[in-house]
Formats: sequence, C-alpha cells, structure tokens
Amino acid sequence: MSAQPAPATTPVSRTAALPLRTRLAILFRLLAIQGSWNYEILLGNGIGFCMEPALRLLPGGLHTPAFHEALARESRYFNAHPYLASVAVGALARAELDGEPADRIERFRTALCGPLGSVGDRLVWAGWLPFCSLASLALFGLGMGTGWVVGFFLVAYNIGHLGLRIWGLNTGWRHGLKVATALGNPVLRRGPQQIGRVAALATGVAIPLALGRIIGPGRNLIGIVLICIALGSLLIVRVQGKIEGWRLSLLVLAAFALFSVIR
Amino acid sequence: MNFLELLPIALLGGVLGLDVVSFPQAMISRPLVAATAAGALIGQAASGLLVGAALELIALETLPFGASRYPEWGSAAVVGGAIFAENPSHPAGAMEMAVLCALATTWVGGWTMVKLRQRNAVWAAQHRSGLDAGARGTIISLQLRGMTADFVRGAILTAIAYALLAPVSRAALGAWTVDARVSRCVVVATAASVAGGAAWKIFHSTAGARWFFFSGLVAGLFLLLVK
Repeated sequence: MSAQPAPATTPVSRTAALPLRTRLAILFRLLAIQGSWNYEILLGNGIGFCMEPALRLLPGGLHTPAFHEALARESRYFNAHPYLASVAVGALARAELDGEPADRIERFRTALCGPLGSVGDRLVWAGWLPFCSLASLALFGLGMGTGWVVGFFLVAYNIGHLGLRIWGLNTGWRHGLKVATALGNPVLRRGPQQIGRVAALATGVAIPLALGRIIGPGRNLIGIVLICIALGSLLIVRVQGKIEGWRLSLLVLAAFALFSVIR
Repeated sequence: MNFLELLPIALLGGVLGLDVVSFPQAMISRPLVAATAAGALIGQAASGLLVGAALELIALETLPFGASRYPEWGSAAVVGGAIFAENPSHPAGAMEMAVLCALATTWVGGWTMVKLRQRNAVWAAQHRSGLDAGARGTIISLQLRGMTADFVRGAILTAIAYALLAPVSRAALGAWTVDARVSRCVVVATAASVAGGAAWKIFHSTAGARWFFFSGLVAGLFLLLVK
C-alpha cells in the first residue's frame, strides 16, 4: 500500500500565508504559552507547544526527523514577554518552514529573547495594564455600576492583549528572520512613554474618586485620609527595596485588626 | 461550611488562579474582576466590586514582570470578595477583614506559584529525553500537566483559605470595637498609599508623567468635591 501525503504535510512556500486552521491553532495555544513555565527553561516548552501546529507543515509531516529536530530546537530555553512571544513563534515558524539552517535559527532565537522581554514589560505590565486598571477604578469612583466597571476593564485590556498577540504572530510570520525591523514599530518604541503619561493622568483621577466611593457617604474624614495617603505613599517610596507595599499594608491592617478586636 | 458550599468558591479560585500566569492571562484574575465574580457567586456582586477596588489599588504595586516572584491575586481576591460579600450590610471591620484575608492568601498564593514552577522544572527534567528528541506527546503533556496543576493549586488554596479565614473573620467582626467609617478609612488610606507608591515606581522615569499625574489629581479631587 503506497502512502499518500496528507494535505497538512504540504510544505508552505516562502510567500504563502499560514493556513487559517494552523493560525487559529497557534493563536489558541499562545494563550497557554506559560502553561509549564519553570525556572529551568522558562517559556521554552511553551514555544515548542505553540509552534507544533506549524511544524506539522514541514515536508513529510509529523513523523519525520525534520519535525522532531525542529520541535526539540524550539522547546529549549526561551524568555520573552508572554504576549510578544507571538512575534517569536511567528518568525521561528517561518524560519523552520523556509528550511533555514539550524545554527542560524538558534542564534536568531537567542537574540530575540531580550528585546521581546523588555519591550513587552514596558508596554503591557508597566503601561497598558495599569492604565486599564486605573481607568476602571476612575469609572468605579464616578459611580458606574458593576457591569460597566468590570466590562470596561476586561474589554479594554483584552483589545490590547489579543491585538498584540495577533499582531505579533502575523508580523513574525511575515518577516521571518528579519523581524527585528518590525520591532521598530512606533507603537512598540513610543507606546510605553505615551501610555505611561496617560496612565499617570488616570492614577491622579482614579485614586481620589475610588477612595471617595469606598469610604461612602459622610466624607468628613476625607481630608485626613488624603493627608495619610500622601504620607503613606512617601513612606512606601522611601522603603522601596526594603519591604514591598503590599506586605507593609498586611502588617498595618493586621495590627489595626488586633487593636480593634482586643482593646 | 460543607463541601458543597465550598466547591463553587474553590472552582472559581482555580479558574482565576490559572489566569494569573498559565491560561489565558486575560486578567480575569485582577482583584477588580475576581472579587466581583466571587461576590456575584454569593449574590452580592456590588460588595465584591467594592472590596475588589480596594484590593486593585494594592495590586497595582505587584505587576507580573518577567521571572520575578509576585503575590497571586486571582485566588486571593476570590477569598476576599467572598468573605466581604457574606456581610451585605458591611458592618464595622468587614472590609478590613476581607482585605486582610485576601492579603494573607495572596502571600501564600505567591509561595505556591514558586513551588509549582519548581515542580514544572522537575517534570521537565524527568522528561529530558523526550524534549531532546522533539517528542510531540512529551511537549503537549508537560504543558497540560502544568496547567492542570496550576488549576488544582488555585482551587485547593482558595478552598483552604476560605474555610480557615471566613470563620476567623466572623469571629473578629463579632468583637470589633472601632467605628465602621474609621475602619474603612484605614483600609482605603493603606490601599491608596500602596497605589500612590506603585504609581511613582511605574511612572517616575516617564518624561512629563508627574505633570500628568498632578493634573489628574486636581481633576479627581474636583470631581470628588462636586459629586
């Protein structure tokens, strides 16, 4: 019986688009890229896990030495921001399917780690996430209902989150080993600064409004609370590096609870 | 508290604990969302949102940068949201105890995440030959095992924390002596101080950010006064 090559094993040409089914499979797996995150290979296994649907398109498909070699190569140590790792997945998938030499892929893989980590941290963790969180707190402080506050946060945040993952995969696939040029995108270069400014504005608006709503009616204590917040913030900035603010707040609240119960 | 009462809270804690890192990182684990979801489960979504907002202010300080160790807010906010929502009349100390319980849980949660990451490394080492051979089954099973373990971690953490801390909170509220408004002001002042410190940490290196912050503060205070 002669083996017929399955459609999924047809090699993808240099100019072809990634098949939609493969693209969707990769995008879904990208949501779980940190599923086995660990202190030894960090995201490594996740990168292999996400690229596996694309590697099935290598000539011969699943059960070939080329597939196993590529999967082993892509499952080694890797570190990047989880959302921007999609750029690496797209670019590496392109490189593997284009049949680039293994040593070139490995050098490229190593070079990608740093930029994808630092850009993602500044853009998402220090920009988009605090902005969405603070804007939602401002809406909460303005008296918006539960659905509006939570809905705004989830929709706004995930437009950025999913948009970045989709953009990353498409950009990586389109540019392959030349993806470094795409990382000069204005959103990635200037975005963190711009989002940082807007998030700083949102911080200023959100904190007084949110505390006003949490304290509730009868705000004659609000002036004292604001002075305490200013002093508390200064203290937290001063002790930065010695103790984290959340641990300090745990100590303060535990001491106050004890005082309230045993006095 | 029986198993059937605990189960929905534990499952919610598992799902939201999973979101923190493993899947899908859509930030449904942020306290604003997680505490509201826990409150909704008890039938008091608005109470959940109230304590979620206080916790969100504190959580601004602990963003999940790289391989750093940070507290786990998903399961913790479920515990805090559920404990606060148990008291819909918001008696004196209710928010204080809910935030305190959430902070204690988030501390333990951060430790369990480190342990899980170490366990993931052990599993990866045990399957080194499969990884080196590019075995598809090994790579997929490691990923699924890590996510399952993370879900179980979050669910067990939530169940234990809620089962232990909810009675402690009830007992403390029974003996609470400080005025309700003063108690709440202490929580808010503490949470907002952490948020203020976090904002400085995040934005102080951004050019012009302090002017944006002060402009926002003036606008925020004005809106607070005219509301």
